[in-house]
Amino acid sequence: MSWFDNWHLPKWFYQMASPKWFFDFGARLQPWFAALALLFIVCGLVWGLLYAPADYQQGNSFRIMYVHVPAAILSQSIFLMMGVTGAIGLIWKMKVAFMVARACTLVGASFTALALITGAIWGKPTWGAYWVWDARLTSTLIMLFLYTGVMALNQAIADRSVAGRATAILAIIGSINIPVIKYSVEWWNTLHQASTFTLTAKPSMPPEMYMPLLFMVLGCYCLCAWLVVQGTRNEILDQERQASWVARYLEDQ
Amino acid sequence: MMSFVLSIIRRDLLLVMRYPAEMVNPLVFFVLVVALFPMGVSPEAKLLSQAAAGVVWVAALLATLLSLDILFKADFADGSLEQLLLAPQPVWALVLAKVVVHWLVSGLPLVLLSPVVATMLFLPTEAMPALLLSLLVGTPTLSLFGAVGAALVTGVKTGGMLISLLVLPLYIPVLLFGTGAVAAAAQGMPVAGYLAYLGAMLVFALMVTPWAAATALKIGQMQG
Amino acid sequence: MYFTSFEQLISMDGHGFYVWFCYACFVLLVAGNIWAAKHRQQRLVKQIKSQLRR
Repeated sequence: MSWFDNWHLPKWFYQMASPKWFFDFGARLQPWFAALALLFIVCGLVWGLLYAPADYQQGNSFRIMYVHVPAAILSQSIFLMMGVTGAIGLIWKMKVAFMVARACTLVGASFTALALITGAIWGKPTWGAYWVWDARLTSTLIMLFLYTGVMALNQAIADRSVAGRATAILAIIGSINIPVIKYSVEWWNTLHQASTFTLTAKPSMPPEMYMPLLFMVLGCYCLCAWLVVQGTRNEILDQERQASWVARYLEDQ
Repeated sequence: MMSFVLSIIRRDLLLVMRYPAEMVNPLVFFVLVVALFPMGVSPEAKLLSQAAAGVVWVAALLATLLSLDILFKADFADGSLEQLLLAPQPVWALVLAKVVVHWLVSGLPLVLLSPVVATMLFLPTEAMPALLLSLLVGTPTLSLFGAVGAALVTGVKTGGMLISLLVLPLYIPVLLFGTGAVAAAAQGMPVAGYLAYLGAMLVFALMVTPWAAATALKIGQMQG
Repeated sequence: MYFTSFEQLISMDGHGFYVWFCYACFVLLVAGNIWAAKHRQQRLVKQIKSQLRR
């Protein structure tokens, strides 16, 4: 496979593999993520809560969308991120990649729980019941099960590097199953409930309604980036505590 | 390679024949779970015939899950798994052989037993072929995904409960299409589409899971 | 501004409880995640420092 031998990954990719480099680089990135997250989320929240017009069908309860949709998007994105970083870790034998994946689990699980809670509460004014087996809610519930599986496996294996590898496999299998699960649930849902209207399926939303959503989604992505970088840096400190650079770093603190 | 796979299959089948309880227990469990539903919900024929497909499929899922533990556990305990991993043959071939045995021992008997329990639940006769076919195509997928879960927890002491947490979410699409096929057949609609989806999932599982389970076994070995 | 009065903003035509509850969940969850990450960092730093002194 000559193309593979001649195919060089960019330098930063290899630098990422060094815990020390990631620790320092992450520290430099974090303020940016924090500032962008704060800016986007505050703008999105104020715009969505105070200025966006009410939906003609759902009234003001549609404002729940501005927290529900970002949470639902992130729950899938973060799981995918776990799968991708797990694969990187397995292929290039990178310890840092497993640490990123481990930092993702709790953040992703909590956003999945948020999507589930807000979806259920949104269901009450929309459908008159806290829980309806709607396609989006059902697949979010399955996402939460996938996350709990990953977390349970992480907890069950004491050795961090073994746990990282094992959960990487589970995350990869889970990630490639997400589209299958989503498709099957959507199809099952249309089979059983012919005419329920879904929470956010709108053919066209006016800009003053979707712009706050865009802000919230971007802001939540930045927030999660901050959380994952912080979690990874914690994980690096924990696992690299024997390294001499950690001692030097802590002396400066 | 083929002879390696066949020899593993022959060896494991012989081992199962020696302890037939391992094969019979999941089947008894399957019938038991199905029998619990009329007692717990209602013995009314109309209600049961509607729920029959789902109940049989869920019971099959749980019975498969229960039998997953034996997939690698015995070989792990007596050290023969370590030997097999060191063999020159690829590990995914070993996994495939194990899955074939698991399906022959747990999946196939479930399929053969399903008409009996479905009759007890008043499943309409016209839906019976769909139930059989969907289980026949679906249960190998369950064994394949189950192998990944079983491989991941080989070294873990509290593996039994963990395995269901890892594997059940992955079983959901199979359950949805399997029960969908039976429901369609009961309404006199064609089932070929559902079986095609189940078949596609089987092919997909065949491509992905032997690799994943093999990697998981190698990682479990590091734990030592 | 969509709402004309503060009361209207709180009640949101009867949907106020649902909307504000969801936003409260969001804020709590974000704050909790940030606090947990920062708290773990502080604990680790303290722990490793005391290990180094020994």
